[in-house]
Amino acid sequence: MDGQALLEKISAKFSGTVKGSMDRFGQLEIQLEAKVIPDVIQFLRDDSECAFNMLIDIVSIDYSAFPDWTGDRFGAVYLLKSLTLGHRAQLKVAVSESNPEIPTISRLYANANWLEREAFDQIGIRFEGHPNLKRILNHHEFVGHPLRKDYPITRRQALSTNESLMDEMTVRLKEKGWE
Amino acid sequence: MGVETLPVFTTRKDAVLAWGQKNSLWPMPFGTACCAIEFMGVAASVFDIARFGAELVRFSPRQADLLLVAGTVTFKQAPILKQIYEQMPDPKWVISMGVCASSGGFYNNYTVVQGIDQIIPVDVYISGCPPRPEAILEAIIKLQHKIENPQTTPAAQFKAKEPHFDF
Amino acid sequence: MIDNFDTKTLLPVRSSQGLDSLKHQEKKDLVLVNLGPSHPATHGTLRAFLALDGETIAAAVTEIGYLHRGFEKDCEAHTFQQCIPYTDRLNYVSAMINNVGFCKAVERMLDVQVPERAIAIRVLACELNRIIDHLVCAGANLVDIGALTNFWYTFNVREKVYNILEKLCGARLTSSYTRIGGLSRDLYPEFDIEVKAVLKEIQKSVKEVKTLISTNRIFLDRTKGICIISKERAISYGWTGPTLRATGVEYDLRKSDPYYNYQNYQFDIPVGSVGDVYDRIILRFYEIEESIHIIEQVLSKLPKGPVMTDDKRVALPPKQQTYGNIEGLMNHFKIIMHGICPAPGELYDFTEAANGELGFYIVADGNKNPYRVKCRPPCFMNFAAYGEMIEGAMVADAVANLGSINIIAGELDR
Repeated sequence: MDGQALLEKISAKFSGTVKGSMDRFGQLEIQLEAKVIPDVIQFLRDDSECAFNMLIDIVSIDYSAFPDWTGDRFGAVYLLKSLTLGHRAQLKVAVSESNPEIPTISRLYANANWLEREAFDQIGIRFEGHPNLKRILNHHEFVGHPLRKDYPITRRQALSTNESLMDEMTVRLKEKGWE
Repeated sequence: MGVETLPVFTTRKDAVLAWGQKNSLWPMPFGTACCAIEFMGVAASVFDIARFGAELVRFSPRQADLLLVAGTVTFKQAPILKQIYEQMPDPKWVISMGVCASSGGFYNNYTVVQGIDQIIPVDVYISGCPPRPEAILEAIIKLQHKIENPQTTPAAQFKAKEPHFDF
Repeated sequence: MIDNFDTKTLLPVRSSQGLDSLKHQEKKDLVLVNLGPSHPATHGTLRAFLALDGETIAAAVTEIGYLHRGFEKDCEAHTFQQCIPYTDRLNYVSAMINNVGFCKAVERMLDVQVPERAIAIRVLACELNRIIDHLVCAGANLVDIGALTNFWYTFNVREKVYNILEKLCGARLTSSYTRIGGLSRDLYPEFDIEVKAVLKEIQKSVKEVKTLISTNRIFLDRTKGICIISKERAISYGWTGPTLRATGVEYDLRKSDPYYNYQNYQFDIPVGSVGDVYDRIILRFYEIEESIHIIEQVLSKLPKGPVMTDDKRVALPPKQQTYGNIEGLMNHFKIIMHGICPAPGELYDFTEAANGELGFYIVADGNKNPYRVKCRPPCFMNFAAYGEMIEGAMVADAVANLGSINIIAGELDR
């Protein structure tokens, strides 16, 4: 299924939520509103003609220094792939600086958990409903979001002690049945 | 033994101890990144580190006397490096392998410690990205020369100071 | 209290308690242990925080980021050409694949035609790097299981490949071989003879390793049925590459989305069946064989010609022109000082790296530095599943499993 057919399918099922599309070197990027992302991606995963069973990546971008940019500050790109049918999808969500929230898709794909944590850590987009939205690459005493354009590259922040991870461990033990 | 022969005895004892220490350095490879792969190459049979008595890599700091920091040390890793260094018993030496460990390398950014000597005292620095195995062997030899003369070239641990980060 | 004996197995039976009651044991019986970040078995720095019930892992929580070196922020602060050495240090055991991946994405963005010879040499370099990556992975994994001899066999042949790579590009490990538009230099004259000789050595080493392990009772007991992951779970985690193929999914980007004339080479895709540690290790040996076939085919039909495009936007002019005439000097100056400035746009491009799909999402804004570079690391997805895979297994199995999913911290944390 090529990009145009996919766009029509999504527009038909979720009318009014597609904000636009753009051709990215042969791959059609479909621009959506943030609040419909979990429903759209679930539809794309479960529909037999789409069958996007793999989430390739979630790319978070800060557009504040992009020349002549008029839209929202942050963008998140969801890259999907279907192993059975072989096609790819690229969905883009724009979120503003005042409310950088996107509903989570961590219950749809298992790797979305860490990918969303990384987007939060590096750019600062919050994912509503995420079970464990903590920093993943930077240390826990880090202040700020380093991949934002207003974060200077040489601003170093030292760490005094590593985190003990007991908070995550207690949650996990409870999930596995140990009181 | 008379008092006159005591200095001779102690210098001979120091020389024997130094000979023993330099020929049986037990490295603790604190390998983080690409330099660790080159260290594995040094430990393999082509560039044998066993010829210097240093093939017994000990991954427990309690049993090692040479801390070989191979790779980039980030701020997240820095407290661990300090802890591992402090867990090593005396006498101990530190080799900083590669430019990332020596000065931060070409990572002049928000995550990388610009040289492990901001955290722990270093005896020998090896440059290279990654250094060739021969460079590591040369550093071992330099360290052996340093160990042989504890009066003129004491181990860096005796100049230990509190960690300071030169931002 | 032991009430009676089971007459069939002669083992004591606790008549009033079953294994289910162990689940409600008190948490204080669990031992909390850190596997890493400084641990001989953690290849690179990563941390697994384990709660142990005896020797079995009751719960596991993982933490990464100990080698987060700011690759993406550094790429924004340097020109496109200057990003290439940073890509070397991503998956540092197979550095040329990262170079090829990045340059391929930028070339597609600029619509630069890379010459045929450069494409073939890039394929050759990728396959050679794939072989050495699998050798390191298998060697290190077997060391963790206790089979130290295999480490020497795989590393010695890796040294021979290093000699070739060093003659080719000047460095053993971090090669920076590709340039945007082609390669930095051509092959040296005796390259094909030396590569054919080293391929024979690789086959010999792999045969020696297989002889040592394939019928070894200890190896089989330690790897068969250990840390199995199902196909559906692996796909949900975004696994690609040999770890996904070990679960039984026949998916290889070189066959499904072929690039660089891979469709013209004859090779098979080895696929596992169970998805345990055994499959993941042994599959890599079969992949080494397939990569050897590809290299032999590339060498037999290597096209002649230049290795750098003559597109003046990216290719530095030859030195005689740079120093000889004003146009060459200006061209050189513009490329180095003003950089190659792709038109504003975004692109995602991928290659089949040794661990799976290595992708680069590049956003360009018309300046000489990329606006944003996101590297899609295959190990990130592999390690995301690690905590789930080791729960219920024993500590020794966790160590064996960690080696089998081939975590390279440089790529995991970028």
